[in-house]
Order: sequence, then C-alpha cells, then structure tokens
Amino acid sequence: MIHAHAPILPLLLPLAAALLQMVSGHLPFQRAVGLLATGLLVLLTGWLTLLADDGLLRVYALGDWPAPFGIVLVVDRLAAGMTLLTAVLGFLVLLYASAGFDEEGLHFHPLFQFQLLGVLGAFLTGDLFNLFVFFEIMLLASYVLLAHGGGLTRTRAGITYVVLNLVGSAVFLIALGLLYGTLGTLNLADVARVLALPGYDRSLARLACALLVAVFVLKAGLLPLSFWLPHTYSAAGAPVAALFAIMTKVGIVAILRVQAVALAPAMPDLLDHWLTTLALATIVFAALGALAAARLRALAAWLVLLSAGTMLLVPAQASTEVSAAALYYLVQSTLAGAACFLLSDLIAAQRGKVADQFMAGPPLQATWLKVAFLVMATTAAALPPFSGFIGKLMLLSSLRSAAAAPVMWTVLLTSGFVVMAALARDGCYLIWKHKATARPLALEAIGWQRATAVLLLVAAGPLLALLARPLADYTARAAAQLHAPGGYVTGVLGASATNREAAP
Amino acid sequence: MEVLLSIAIGVLTACGVFLILRSRTFPVLLGLTLLSYAVNLFLFASGRLRIDAPPLIRAGASYADPLPQALVLTAIVIGFGMTAYLAILALRGLSESGADHVDARQE
Repeated sequence: MIHAHAPILPLLLPLAAALLQMVSGHLPFQRAVGLLATGLLVLLTGWLTLLADDGLLRVYALGDWPAPFGIVLVVDRLAAGMTLLTAVLGFLVLLYASAGFDEEGLHFHPLFQFQLLGVLGAFLTGDLFNLFVFFEIMLLASYVLLAHGGGLTRTRAGITYVVLNLVGSAVFLIALGLLYGTLGTLNLADVARVLALPGYDRSLARLACALLVAVFVLKAGLLPLSFWLPHTYSAAGAPVAALFAIMTKVGIVAILRVQAVALAPAMPDLLDHWLTTLALATIVFAALGALAAARLRALAAWLVLLSAGTMLLVPAQASTEVSAAALYYLVQSTLAGAACFLLSDLIAAQRGKVADQFMAGPPLQATWLKVAFLVMATTAAALPPFSGFIGKLMLLSSLRSAAAAPVMWTVLLTSGFVVMAALARDGCYLIWKHKATARPLALEAIGWQRATAVLLLVAAGPLLALLARPLADYTARAAAQLHAPGGYVTGVLGASATNREAAP
Repeated sequence: MEVLLSIAIGVLTACGVFLILRSRTFPVLLGLTLLSYAVNLFLFASGRLRIDAPPLIRAGASYADPLPQALVLTAIVIGFGMTAYLAILALRGLSESGADHVDARQE
C-alpha cells in the first residue's frame, strides 16, 4: 500500500509541513514542524533511493489517469538520488537557519518548505508542463527567500532575478506551446515516442526543444545567461544561498533528463558544439570571477557557477560514463558549495566590521572554523584527498575519449589551479592576517545548530571520499538507467504504447 | 483569424520586449504583463483555432482541444502572482533607494 504511493510522499510531506506552519506564526512551533518534516524527508527519500535501486521505474499516475493523458511522477535512480541530496541539504540548511536567521523576516519556514517542494517536484515529475509548474513553485519561493532579511542589496538583486526568471518562464511557455502544437503531447515519455515517429514538423519541434534547453541553461547559469548568478547568490542570506546551491542543479538534471530521454534518439546533434563551448567559457568566467571576488560569500557564488559550468559539459557528451562521473561531482559540489556559504556567514560573524571581506581583520576566535575552512577549501579546489579531487578525477578520466578532450582537460585543470590560488590567497587573509584591535570583539555564541550544520556539510568532503566506491557505483547505475531511454518510455506509457498511432 | 491572432501576438511580444529593456521598473512590469498576454494567446493557439466549439467531447459535435485552455489558465494564475510580487518588490526598491531604476543605487 505505502509502496504504491512512495513517489508522491516526498511532495506531500513539505506541502503538509508548509500548510501546518502557516496555521501558526509562532516561531518555535514553525521550527519544530520544519525540522521534523525535513528530518522525516531525509529518511523518506533515503528509503525511496533504496527502493529505486532495484532498477525498476516507479510511475505514479496522479488521479490514476493513464500516462499520456494524466500527470505522472517518475522515480528512477537519478530522481530518487537527487531527492535524497535535496532533503539532506534542506535539513542541514534549515538547522542552521533555525539558530536565528529565520527571525530576520516573516514566513521563512513555510517558504523554505515550498522551495523544497518545488525542487523535489522538478526532479520527480515526468510531464513537461508539470515541470513548469514545479519550476514556478521553486522560483516563487526563491524570490521571497532571496528578499528575506531585507536591505537594498537584496531588493536590487531580487528585481533583476525576478524579471529575468519571468522572461525565462515566458520562453518556457512558448517552448511548451510549440511542443504541444507540433507533437500533441507534453508528457516527456510521450514526446520521446512521438519524436521518433514520422509525420510532424521537424524544424518546429527542433526549435521548441532548443527553447526548452535555453530555459534550463538559464536556470543552470550557462555563460551569456549567467551574469545574474554571482550577483544574486552573494546578495542572498547565507542559508538561502546555501539552499540555492541545489537550484542550478535542477536545470542541469532537467537538461540531462530531456537530452537522454527525448533528444538523444530523435535529434542527437541539437546540443553539439555550442553547449560544450559555452560551458567551457562559463568555467573560465567563473574561475576569473573567483580570483576577483572580494568576499568569501562572493567567492562561494563563483564556485557554484564553476561547478555548474563543469556539469554543463556533460549533456552534450551523451555518454553513460561521463554522466556517472558528473553525478558524483554534482553531489559533492552541491554540498561543498553550501558549506562555503554557511562558513562565510560564521566567519563574517567572527570578524566584526570586516566581515568576510578578504582583508586583514580581527583573528577568528573559534579555532575549529580555521580547520573547517581548510577542509572546505581543499574540497572546493579539488585537491586530494577529499571528494572534490575524486569527483574531478572521475570526470577528467571519463572525458578522455570526448572529441574536444584536450581543450576540456586544459580548461578544467587551469581553472582548478586558479581556484586553488584564489582560495589559498583568501585563506591567508581570513586566517593569518590580523589587525590588532583595541579590545577583543564581543561575539555571540555560534550555537550548536550552526556548528552542527556547518561541520556536517564540511565533513561531507572527507565522508564522500571515504564512501566514493558505493556512491560512484550508485551514480554509475543511475547513469546507465538514464541513458537507456527505451526503458523510460515503455515504463511510463506501458509496453503497448509504442505501437499506437502518432497524435495529430 | 489566424492572421489577426498572429499579428496580435507579434505586436504584444514586440511591445513587451521593448518595455522590458527600459531602465525603470514600472515600464518593465508593464512589459512583462504584455509578454505574458502574448504567451497566453500563443499557448491558446497551440490547440488550433476553432470557432463555436466547446472544449467538451460530445458525439457528433465539433470540439476544441481543452488542454491548452487548462494550460493557459495555469499560466495566467502563475503570471498574475509573479507580477504582483514584482510590483511589491519594485515598490520596496523605490522606498529603500528613492529611485525606481532596475539597478537602483543609494544616491
């Protein structure tokens, strides 16, 4: 009974929590409900991941309407793994935010749950219009979370971010209208099935798919569309920015999914050349940005962009091995990015007026922050022995046989060196360069919630390196399942669907 | 009818894009509204244009595709909410910085 409804439970849980939190504005109540729901979500998505590892496609038809007509949720290894990553990140960030950040404005907790709902839904849905709806839930919550805490910087960043994403939504709808007009369906598996049949306007369908990919790369932060990202992420409050670390990944996973299921069989050359070139340009841009960053928060934003650029090298390769390596890289870079944002907040609180700017300031009083920074920086700069190194190594070795391998290797290695240099220089400022102050700053205690959240996120670097084998095996199985699109189509539509006539 | 609708969509999109590229928040807001009108009409047209046909399947009678109408309804609701939020945000930017420029700075 409960197994049959497993795919929708990760959506119902945050929804129920958000509704419950809206009943009462009492902060301890909202915190308790939020932490309880997110903790349960971690267990639930963990169970879903174990369940999905049998390789079966779990299709949940809402209202029991069969697939091309109703909306379906589809759980495979990739979707389940991504929900687990979202839940773990969400729990740790919420733990951090519950130590005081949520007092800075109204309605933080319900919005946080809605944001989780949107992200989880975007990973789980098997319908393109439903994907649009979940994107909008995610974005609407993120608009308000971005403004949480107030201040002119956040309002300014918010206006550009909202306008840009509203235009993105309009383009998304145009793409969906074109797809529906040419193919007569918006169910992803059905789109893949119809694309393989003759009898539709190829150039229009191609245009629609290109527009769809353009919207996804806007969310992911591909170069000409990525100027908003460092600006927005460094303006947001630290816990919000840490949660946003998963949002670029929603765009990337959406491209991977659409590419593997629908584009690879029907129009395999759609992503060729341009996506890889622009992704490389994004990496260079982000590495230069990291070098020029004046604050740790801004540096973290550039690192998020760097990992997004690296991930965007993947869809055009359409290879199981590359995707497997990239999924490992995705997991560790998301957690490292979030760790960097939260750490920047703690470090800023210790340094008084200088905050997290890279200049000489009062020494850090909490010594463990220095060690945490070192571990985080080692992970983010992809130095051995932590998970950043393993992820990058796997990605580089899987890209060996790609067409533009020498260029990709050069750009990835050089950008890695630049990031390492930037982190080393900035670490010196934060840890060693002191300016004598008249009297030591009176600091508020860090608190166990913040310390636990940051320590666990930072510890993800060493932990994921220790667990590299099982995790890499899982991502390899997930990538193999992703790149067998026939299974997805028959799994969603049923075996008889492939024989049905094409829709007008 | 097709020509009329395509001209309407084209004009709305062109005006919308022009207004979005302005530097003050109010024209940008208007531009986004126009763009969302254009997109809604476009979505509506993706189910093919039919006159005097209800979106219900009845034996013997012609009917219009109901799905784009449902999609348009969803898109209208979402677009409306987003525009309202942007208006509030723009007002807040105006009150905080004293200017209604998109990249308002403290003077």
